[in-house]
Amino acid sequence: MKTIDLATQTVRDLNQALHDQAKECTETEWEVLNPKGQHNLAVGLDQKLKVDIKGHAGYYCGGMNKEADIVVHGSAGQGVAENMMSGSVRVKGNASSSAGATSIGGLLVIEGDAGSRCGISMKGSDIVVTGNVGHMSCFMGQAGTLVVCGDAGDALGDSLYEVHIYVKGEVKSLGADCIAKEMRDEHIEELSQLLKRAGVDEDPHAFKRYGSARQLYNFKVDNAAAY
Amino acid sequence: MSQKTKYLTELRESATFDRSTMAEIRRAADTGIYDIRGWGAKRKLPHFDDLLFLGASMSRYPLEGYREKCNTQVTLGTRFAKKPIVIETPITIAGMSFGALSANAKEALGRGASAVGTSTTTGDGGMTPEERGQSTKLVYQYLPSRYGMNPDDLRKADAIEVVLGQGAKPGGGGMLLGQKITERVAKMRTLPMGVDQRSACRHPDWTGPDDLAIKILELREITDWQVPIYIKVGATRTYYDVKLAVKAGADVIVVDGMQGGTAATQEVFIEHVGIPTMAAIPQAVQALQEMGMHRKVQLIVSGGIRNGADVAKCMALGADAVAIGTAALIALGCNDPKYDEEFKAIGSAAGFYDDYHEGKDPAGISTQDPELSKRLDPVEGGRRLANYLRVLTMEAQTLARACGKNDMRHLEPEDLVALTVESAAMARVPLAGTNWIPGATNY
Repeated sequence: MKTIDLATQTVRDLNQALHDQAKECTETEWEVLNPKGQHNLAVGLDQKLKVDIKGHAGYYCGGMNKEADIVVHGSAGQGVAENMMSGSVRVKGNASSSAGATSIGGLLVIEGDAGSRCGISMKGSDIVVTGNVGHMSCFMGQAGTLVVCGDAGDALGDSLYEVHIYVKGEVKSLGADCIAKEMRDEHIEELSQLLKRAGVDEDPHAFKRYGSARQLYNFKVDNAAAY
Repeated sequence: MSQKTKYLTELRESATFDRSTMAEIRRAADTGIYDIRGWGAKRKLPHFDDLLFLGASMSRYPLEGYREKCNTQVTLGTRFAKKPIVIETPITIAGMSFGALSANAKEALGRGASAVGTSTTTGDGGMTPEERGQSTKLVYQYLPSRYGMNPDDLRKADAIEVVLGQGAKPGGGGMLLGQKITERVAKMRTLPMGVDQRSACRHPDWTGPDDLAIKILELREITDWQVPIYIKVGATRTYYDVKLAVKAGADVIVVDGMQGGTAATQEVFIEHVGIPTMAAIPQAVQALQEMGMHRKVQLIVSGGIRNGADVAKCMALGADAVAIGTAALIALGCNDPKYDEEFKAIGSAAGFYDDYHEGKDPAGISTQDPELSKRLDPVEGGRRLANYLRVLTMEAQTLARACGKNDMRHLEPEDLVALTVESAAMARVPLAGTNWIPGATNY
């Protein structure tokens, strides 16, 4: 295992060392010490690495990740795993706003709560939040799956496209064009598989499903009040 | 002679409720939907035509127009990037998306720009292989929607442009209507075919300049600090926006005035939001100068640039380069009179067509229709654009030499005068024949 201690090395050193593995992989297991909430940790990785960040991370940790499995042993700041392509990011603590924003693939697991706009404009990733999510989560979500084992704040799924949303707890309010939908067998199966992948022990039958009513897909004057 | 005929010449049209205004009221009453269109502001605005150069005479020494060197090469991104972009002419191609434009049009833009050694820019919808393949210098836009955004293309880019807004619609997002969403466009944007694709007006993972500074550092980390990072703003509170962009870490700032084009925006937005390009430049330059960053953070200006005089005037006001969009499309064949009958068949006319959002462009440029798209040969389009860019460059050089400058960037506000009080105030140059700059102190 290779260790990078951010008490003595810089974020630039860390990212360059991890990027170099994309060209020639010499070490697959990495440990990052003393992150102390610094921003942009382990961004733009492009190799099947295992990266353990031993502490809190700042903004955009794991941003645009490809293939790597990143674990934050603490909480993460804004935009964790933003635009992730593949691989996984696991946050042992809480995540701030815009977790998994625009993420295209891979798995984001937040073992605590996530702030506002969790999964905003997500484009195909899977996001599992063990706790609660804040307001405007999954705003303009395009594709993928958002699972919330706790409660969801105001305006969940506002202007939603095709993301599948599953919430176990209370939803404070639904956003424009987001509606509760029937939980059919294929959804139970999808959710079961995802919970299993995320290592979360929950009964899929306890969840409700939400999705797009698809009434705002094409502009029409009758929807003027919804815009 | 009837009474009616006798007084026909005295029929009087209302300046407030003219025929165009009344037609819009009737259209709104018929449809219940606001008008969406492409192009930029069509109203008459204070513009570069209101400025004139003071050619050299006794008090200034000109350069020989055809022989003496006048440098047009500009390096963009010298502040932080390991690999700044060197462009051979200070005229770049502005961001226009695949989706709004056909793949052939995007390829033609790349070919034309590359032929004269300048850059072209992607747009809201990602990078196409055609565009990357034909563009020797390609700027990759980073937009609120993040349609098609991925780290592989990010690393292929020669620069990254973080788009906060555009001149046609500062504060507004975009809309690509469903009729232009083909299978390929839909796939690139991860949305179903035929769905109106809304481009958000704010970024999803940062909210202010302090956040943006961290976002820019993320993009630098992902690309190992190799390429320049631009920030593009629509012209509104330009003085403050430019200061904040410098603080956020921009290598290059792009200011797009309200004459800048769009593929689809509400008419009311296009005509009533933003400030003219000419008014924005002095604000931007003042902000850069006060921070000691003029020429260190390069300034690109766009919005209604049509000829070499416009280019030279932008640079005299302090820009390092300009970007063209609408003019480049016209060079490719947009609104070409040879398609007049077909324009008329869809309710428009050559020279007036602005319904880019409908995807029926007879010139094959602002469309995804495969048959219409074939009408634009990307090789021929590229040749035409390259010709046009060369003409702009030569025209601008001619004016610079006449002012005694051997480098386009040596042009200065002192080389200009204004024809109107408004343009003098906006451009901060004296009214012709006077030493009066309205609004300036100690002139």
